Amino acid sequence: MANVDYKELKKGGFMKQVDKDRFALRVKIVGGQIKSDQLAKVNEIAQKYGAGYVHMTSRQSIEIPFIRLQDVDVVKEELSKAGLKPGACGPRVRTITACQGSTICPSGLINTTELANEFDERYYARELPHKFKLGITGCRNNCLKAEENDIGVKGGMMPCWVEHKCIYCGLCQAVCPAKVIQVKKQEKELTFNEKDCIYCGKCVKVCPTSAWEGKSGFIVYFGGLFGNRISIGRQLLPIIFSKEVLHKVIEATLAFFEENGKPGERFGNTLDRVGWGLLEDRLVELLEAV
Amino acid sequence: MSDFKANGFVDITDVVCPMTFVKAKIAIEELMEGQILEIKMNEGEPILNVPRSLKEEGHKVLDVVNNEDGTFTVFVEKGEI
Repeated sequence: MANVDYKELKKGGFMKQVDKDRFALRVKIVGGQIKSDQLAKVNEIAQKYGAGYVHMTSRQSIEIPFIRLQDVDVVKEELSKAGLKPGACGPRVRTITACQGSTICPSGLINTTELANEFDERYYARELPHKFKLGITGCRNNCLKAEENDIGVKGGMMPCWVEHKCIYCGLCQAVCPAKVIQVKKQEKELTFNEKDCIYCGKCVKVCPTSAWEGKSGFIVYFGGLFGNRISIGRQLLPIIFSKEVLHKVIEATLAFFEENGKPGERFGNTLDRVGWGLLEDRLVELLEAV
Repeated sequence: MSDFKANGFVDITDVVCPMTFVKAKIAIEELMEGQILEIKMNEGEPILNVPRSLKEEGHKVLDVVNNEDGTFTVFVEKGEI
């Protein structure tokens, strides 16, 4: 046991516990979802190799504590039988978190589960100067706290008014938090100040006659921190409607971090040091090119 | 004021979610298809969710009156069941 490579074990999702030669195994989970048969396997491992319980992490993962060093390999094998893998720790892209999104939640504006899987395939475990968190929330209710992440994505919706379907009931005006819709019932007139719209999609969701049509998009926040230092991620770009463009923005941001970040420096701190404008200029340039 | 004449009225300003929708749903069940229910509700969460839930159940919001006292009166036509 003298030559235990703790760093390598940590990289592979086994984190050293206070207790000697015991490890908490982080299970890789995407968007907070695990299949029931996989959950049964987690249960089995916790019973057989752990201490009969699991820990739910703050970022939608599961950890199985009290795995013995000599059981690490067999536990990995057991996990793989259920299509599970150990999760990433250390200086790399971590668990992709997501709320339930538009496929389940009535408030959801984007398919967060699908996006989480895409993020997982493209970015998960990528080596970077420091840990890097990606989170996806379906709407402004922000159940998944987009701004806490190094890159957070929030679903938005650009409304478009379809005049001939409107019955001028005034419900959209009543629910609009930005107060950008004015309905004159008698005159049968509606004004929409698109410039100040916050893309919450509430008008689209409530409209009884579907006179508001919505185009879903992504609002991206950069450089959020919620650990030793607390800093809210900033929106640097207008809402993005294309998923392809969203991926380009994320790729460019990860490349920027790799290029500019010092080892052990969180992304928000890198941006403070080198200047947020540097990233913003690069991303604006990228958006102009697409 | 509204141009619509209601066949029934329910005040849901005295309850909170999820009872707001439950109370409105029970009231609309008393009506016949095509009849109109007048619902008085609070601003905020109820005005956002109750009309939307009624729409999802197949009913149709016809008019919304802001009472300027933190409440709205919503006129809903009962849809097919």
